Amino acid sequence: MESITEDLKTRIISRDSDEVGICFINTREKNNSLSSEGVYTFKELSKLSASFIKDTSSLCENFDSVIGSNDGSNYGARENPLYNGLWVAQGMLGKSATKNLGKRILLFTNNDDPFENADPVTKADMRRTTIQRAKDSQDLGISIELYPMSRPGEEFNLNIFYKDMITMEDDELSNFMVGAEKRFEELKARMRKKLFQKRVVRKITFTIANGTSIGLGTYAMVRPATTGKYEWLDSTTNKPVKSERALICTDTGAIVTESTKRFTHYNSKRVLMTREELAEVKKITDVQLRLLGFKSIACLKDYHNLRPATFLYPSEEAIKGSTCLFIALHRSLIRQKKFALAFHGNSTSPHLVALVPQEEIVNEYGQVQPPGMHMIYLPYAEDIRQPEKVINLSKGGVEIAAKEHIDKAMALIKKLHLREFTVYDIQNPALQRHYSNLQALGLQEDTVEEVEDCTLPDEEGMKRPSIVAVVQAFKDTVYGADHDQEEAAAEAERAKGSVTAQKRKAAAEVATKESEKYNWRQLALDGELKKLTVVELKYYLAGKKLPLSGKKEILIERILNDLGM
Amino acid sequence: QESLVFVLDVSPSMHPYLHHVSKATAAVLERKLFNHKNDEVGLVLFGMEETDNDLRREVGEAYEGIVSEPITLVDGELVTKLRALPRGCYAGDYVDAIVVATDMIFKKYGDGKKGNKRICLITDAQSPIKEPMEGMSMMEQVEKIAEKMEDHGVKFDAAILRMNEEKRESGSESTEILENLASRTHGEVTTVESPLCLFGALKPRTVTPTTLYRGDMEMTPGARIKVWVYKKAAQERVPSLKVYSDKAPQSDALATHVVKMDTDYKSSDDPTVSIPKAQRAKGYYYGQQLIPVTPDMELSLKFTADKGVKLLGFTEAANIPRHYYMKEPNLFVPEPGNRKASLAISALARALKQTNMVALVRCVWRQGQRNVVMGVLTPNLSFEDGIADSFYFNIVPFAEDIREFGFASFDDRPASQLPSKQQEEATDLLVQMLDLSPSDSVESLQPEKTSNPVLQRFYHFLYLKSLNPDALVPQLDETLKKVIEPDFSSEHIEKLQGLCSQFTLKTKNSTKFWKDRIEAAAKDDDAEAKPDVDTSGSGLSFDSFATRQVEEVGSLNPVQDFQTLLARRDSDEWVGKAIQGMKKIIIDLLDSSYKGNTYDKALTCLAALRSGCVMQEESKEFNDFFRVLADKCQGKRLSDFWDAVIQRKLTLISKGEVSDSDVTEEAALAFLTSRTVKEEPTTAEEAEEIDEMDALLGEAV
Repeated sequence: MESITEDLKTRIISRDSDEVGICFINTREKNNSLSSEGVYTFKELSKLSASFIKDTSSLCENFDSVIGSNDGSNYGARENPLYNGLWVAQGMLGKSATKNLGKRILLFTNNDDPFENADPVTKADMRRTTIQRAKDSQDLGISIELYPMSRPGEEFNLNIFYKDMITMEDDELSNFMVGAEKRFEELKARMRKKLFQKRVVRKITFTIANGTSIGLGTYAMVRPATTGKYEWLDSTTNKPVKSERALICTDTGAIVTESTKRFTHYNSKRVLMTREELAEVKKITDVQLRLLGFKSIACLKDYHNLRPATFLYPSEEAIKGSTCLFIALHRSLIRQKKFALAFHGNSTSPHLVALVPQEEIVNEYGQVQPPGMHMIYLPYAEDIRQPEKVINLSKGGVEIAAKEHIDKAMALIKKLHLREFTVYDIQNPALQRHYSNLQALGLQEDTVEEVEDCTLPDEEGMKRPSIVAVVQAFKDTVYGADHDQEEAAAEAERAKGSVTAQKRKAAAEVATKESEKYNWRQLALDGELKKLTVVELKYYLAGKKLPLSGKKEILIERILNDLGM
Repeated sequence: QESLVFVLDVSPSMHPYLHHVSKATAAVLERKLFNHKNDEVGLVLFGMEETDNDLRREVGEAYEGIVSEPITLVDGELVTKLRALPRGCYAGDYVDAIVVATDMIFKKYGDGKKGNKRICLITDAQSPIKEPMEGMSMMEQVEKIAEKMEDHGVKFDAAILRMNEEKRESGSESTEILENLASRTHGEVTTVESPLCLFGALKPRTVTPTTLYRGDMEMTPGARIKVWVYKKAAQERVPSLKVYSDKAPQSDALATHVVKMDTDYKSSDDPTVSIPKAQRAKGYYYGQQLIPVTPDMELSLKFTADKGVKLLGFTEAANIPRHYYMKEPNLFVPEPGNRKASLAISALARALKQTNMVALVRCVWRQGQRNVVMGVLTPNLSFEDGIADSFYFNIVPFAEDIREFGFASFDDRPASQLPSKQQEEATDLLVQMLDLSPSDSVESLQPEKTSNPVLQRFYHFLYLKSLNPDALVPQLDETLKKVIEPDFSSEHIEKLQGLCSQFTLKTKNSTKFWKDRIEAAAKDDDAEAKPDVDTSGSGLSFDSFATRQVEEVGSLNPVQDFQTLLARRDSDEWVGKAIQGMKKIIIDLLDSSYKGNTYDKALTCLAALRSGCVMQEESKEFNDFFRVLADKCQGKRLSDFWDAVIQRKLTLISKGEVSDSDVTEEAALAFLTSRTVKEEPTTAEEAEEIDEMDALLGEAV
C-alpha cells in the first residue's frame, strides 16, 4: 500500500491526466460491478485528486475493518477471485471515458499458486479460464504487469502459474524476479518530475543550397522545469478570480479597445509604427533554416550560447529523402569534427545557430543519447561582452600560474574528482520543495516532507584527511603559508571599520559620557533646556543616536519627544 | 553617457570601402539616437584635400589634410554627414589624426568630465606615417599619446580594414602601433576582413560591466578564492515600443498618447466585486485540484538558500555536453587587485585545461535567494599581458529539466533512407568546400564580428520614419544579407548543385504546414460563410465567430477544430486534446450511426486524424486506436464501415512515415488484408465471450 501511495504521489505531479483505479482480490467483503465474490473495488478509475490519495493512504490503517481479507478457502469451490479480479479490472478500464490511452493492470500478489485450495476437479478449468482471461485482456491492448512479493522464507515461484499467465520466454524468466524487485523499488522512489510527451515543437525545412532542402522536426530536450501554472484565487472563498484587463488612454481616460500602433521618441520626434511594420522589420527572411557553411568544433566557444539548445531529427513527411541526406551530413560532420553554421529565421528572434552532431549511445538499458543534431543559438557581436578586459583597469596586477602551482591544482582536481557524474543525479531543490509543499497542503499532512538538497557539496567527505592535505598544499603554494593569519588580520582590521566609522564611534562615546553629566528629565521639567547651548543639546541626541539636524527649537522638541513629554 | 570621436581615413586607398564605412558608422549613430540620445559625437576625417582643425589654427602648420567636426549631441544631421563621406585625395597620417581627436576631447571636457570617452579609428593602415618630431622614435611618440589618453580616461578602439588579401601582410608596423595604443587604454583593435565584420567591429555603446556576485568561491570549507562574476553575453533585443493611443485630439500638443494597462481581479461569484491583492492567493494544480497558497505561506514554505558559491567537484568535460548549457554565460574573474586570487584561479584553470576537466559549482548569487543554480566552470586562459585567467560559467540542467525522448537509431532505418558510399563522399566534399574556418587564424561569420541584422534594420527604419512618417520598411542592407544567406561564387554553386544531385529529394504536395492549411481553409470558408452569416441576421457577428478560440474538437466541424488545435502553439496539451477529442468524435459517430449515415463523416475524421498523427509523430496514438477500431468494427454491426476504411486504404502508420512507429510498411499493408481473412475466428471468439458474460451475469442475478 505504501508503494502505491508513493506512486500516486509522484504520478499526480508527473502525469496529472492519468486515471487510476484500485481493486483488491481475495477479500472478505465484496464490492464490484459484477458482484463477484472476493473482489473489492476500492476506487473506480478516475483522475487523481488529493482525496483519492488521502483515502488510499488511510486505508492502510483500517483495511481489516473495511475490506478484510480471505485466504480463499471460504468461497465456494467454484469461485476464482483472480479471474474475477481481472474481469472487473478489465471492465473498469473499458468504461473509462478517455479511450485508447495506454492501459495497464498492475497485479500485486504474494501467492504464487492462486488455485492452491481449489477443488481438484475444477482446478484445471480455473487455470485455463484465468489464462484465457488474461490473454483476452492483452488482446484488447491492456498490458498486465506482475509485482510478485515473496512470503517470508519462501521464494515466489513463477513456474507454478504466473509464467503461463503473463507469457514469458524462458530466458526472460530468470531475470524476471530480479527485475521485478527493482521495479518495485522504483515504484516507491521515483522522482517527482513533470513528464512530457515527445512532441515536435516545429517542423522546419533546412535549406542546404538553392533548390535543395530537407525536412526536420525540432524537439525541446532540455528546458528549465517550472513550478507549473497557477491561477489566482480569492483567499476567503478559494474560488478562482477573473482577471479583466483594460487599456486606458492616460490623456483622456478613455478605454482603448484596439491599438495597432506603437510609438517611441526618436531623434527628438515621436515616431509611430504599426504592428505590421514591426513584424515586417523583424522578419528578415522566409527561409526557416539556411546552411551558411561549416566550422571546426574548436570555433564553438563556451560562451557562444544564449538559451537551451533544440534537438533536430530528420522527417520524411514533407520531403522524401530528408533522412538520407541528414544521415550523410551527420556522418561527415562527425568524421571531420565540424559543426554546421546556419541561420535560423525564426520570426521572433532570428539567430545564427551552430548545428552540432550527436552520436547515438546505447547501453544495456536502452538508448542513452539519440542520434541527431543540437541547434545551439549563437550570440551576435553586440551581445558579447568583454568584462575580463575592462575590469583589470583597477591596479594591483595579475599573476599567471607557474608549473608548481598547476601541479598542486592537478592534485586537488584528482582528489575532488566526481567519477561518472551525470546531471541526472542532481534535482532542483527549489522545485522538489515546491512539490512537497503542494503535497502537504493538498493532503493536509501535518509535516512537510523534507527534501534533500543534493546540490550541496559533500562537506563530510571533504574533511577526509587526504583531501584536507591536498587542499592545504594547494593553499600553501598559491596563497603562501601565512595566508590564514593574514586573512584573519585583515578580517580584524575590517571589523574595526573604516577611519570615518571609527571617528563616528569615538564621537558617540564622548557624547554619551558628556550627556551623563546632565539630569535631562529635571532640566526638561523646569523648562531649562533652552538655556543650554546647541552643542550641549547635541550630547543628548548623539548619545541616543537621534538625528542632529535642525534648529535649537527642533532639537529641544526632539529631546522632549524622546523623554516622552 | 559616452563621448565618441570617429577618426575616419578617407585617403585614396580607402575609397573602395568608404561606402561601407559610412553605412556602418551611420548605423552606430542611428542606434545612439534611440537610447543614448545624450551621447556626444565628433568626427575627424584625414587624407582630405583641405585642412580645417583647431590644432592647425593654433600651431599654424602641420596637421595637413585633417578636417574635424566639433563634438556635439548626437543628431540626425551628423548621420546625414556620415552617409555622404567625402573622398580625400592624399594619403593621410592617422597618428596626426589621433592627436587632433585627443585634443578635441581635452578641450571639450578638460579633466573633469566623467563618463566614457572613446576614439574610434577606421583605416586600412596603408598610408605611410610621417617621421616623428626630431629626437623621438615613433614608439616614443605613440607612448606619449597613450600616456595622455590614459590620464584623461580616453579609450582607443581601431578597426583595421584588411579586405584585400594581397595587402594583408603589409602595414604590420601600423597594426603594432595601434595595438599598443589600444591595450594601454583598454580598447580593442579589430581586423576587418569583410564589410560585414565592420558592422560588428563598431560597438554602438560601451557597456560598463556590473557584477552579479562578489564574494568567495568555496572549494572546501577551509579554502576559498575571492571572485567577481560578470555577464559574458546578454542578448540585445529589439526594444519594445509603447502602445499608442489616438484618443487625444490631434490639436493637443501636450498629449502623451501613452496607454496604461489596468488589470482588475473580479470575484467569480459577483463580477462587480474586485478582489484586492492582499486577498488573492495563488492556486497551484495538484492533480485536478487547485491548492491555494497565500503569499504568507509561500514565504514561509518556499526554499531559501544562503549566498555563496560552492565547489562540488571536478569531472571530465565529456560529462557535460555542450547542449546542456542553459542560458547566457557568465564570467568568473579573480577579485581585481587580488594577486593571490588571480594566481589561484590561474592554477586551477590551467590544470583543468591540461586534464580536460571541468568544475561543477553550486551558486546562490544573493542572500535568501529562492533557488539555486548548478553550473560548470570551464577555463578561459589569457594570452594578453595584464589580463587574468578566468572561468566561463554556464548553467547546466537539473534532472527535472531533461526530457528523455527516444529516437530511432540511424542504423535501423530502411535501406532506402541510408546514404550510399557516394552520397557520403558527396557530403564530405560539401563540408570541405563550405569551410568557414580553413585555418586557425581565419574564420568567417565569427559571432564576435557579426552584427544583428534585425537590430540594424529596426534602427534604420526608425531613422527613416523620423525623417518621413510614411517611410516604408527598408530592405535589409546588402552587406548584412551575408548573415542570412551564403554568398557563393558561381563556380561554387555549380559544384554544390553537382553534390546535391547525388540525393533525390521529393517534396510532397500534401504536406503544407497546418497554419497554411488553415489559412487556405479560412479563405475558402470566408467566401462561403460570409453571405450565410449576413443573411442569417442572428446576433452572432462573423468576427466573434471567427476569432473564437477553439478549445476542443466539436461535433459540428470536427476536422477544422482538430486542425486548429494542432496548430495552437500556446501549450503542449492541445495536441493531446485534439487527438483524444477526434477519437471520441469518431467513436461517437460510429456508435450513433443509423444505416451508415455517419460513415462518410467518420471516414473524413479518421483520415484527418491519421494525417494529423503523422505530422505530430504520434504514430502510437493512431495505431493503437486503429487496432481498437478494427476490433470494434470487423465482423460486427460496423463491418460495412470497415470495408469503407479498406477501400480508402487507410491503415496503420508505418515506419516509413513516422520513424518511431513500430510497424513496418509491409505489416501496415498486411494489416488490412489479414484482418479480413481472420474475420471468421474472431467472430466465433467474440460470440463465446458474450456467452460467457451472459452466464456470469445470469449467475450474479
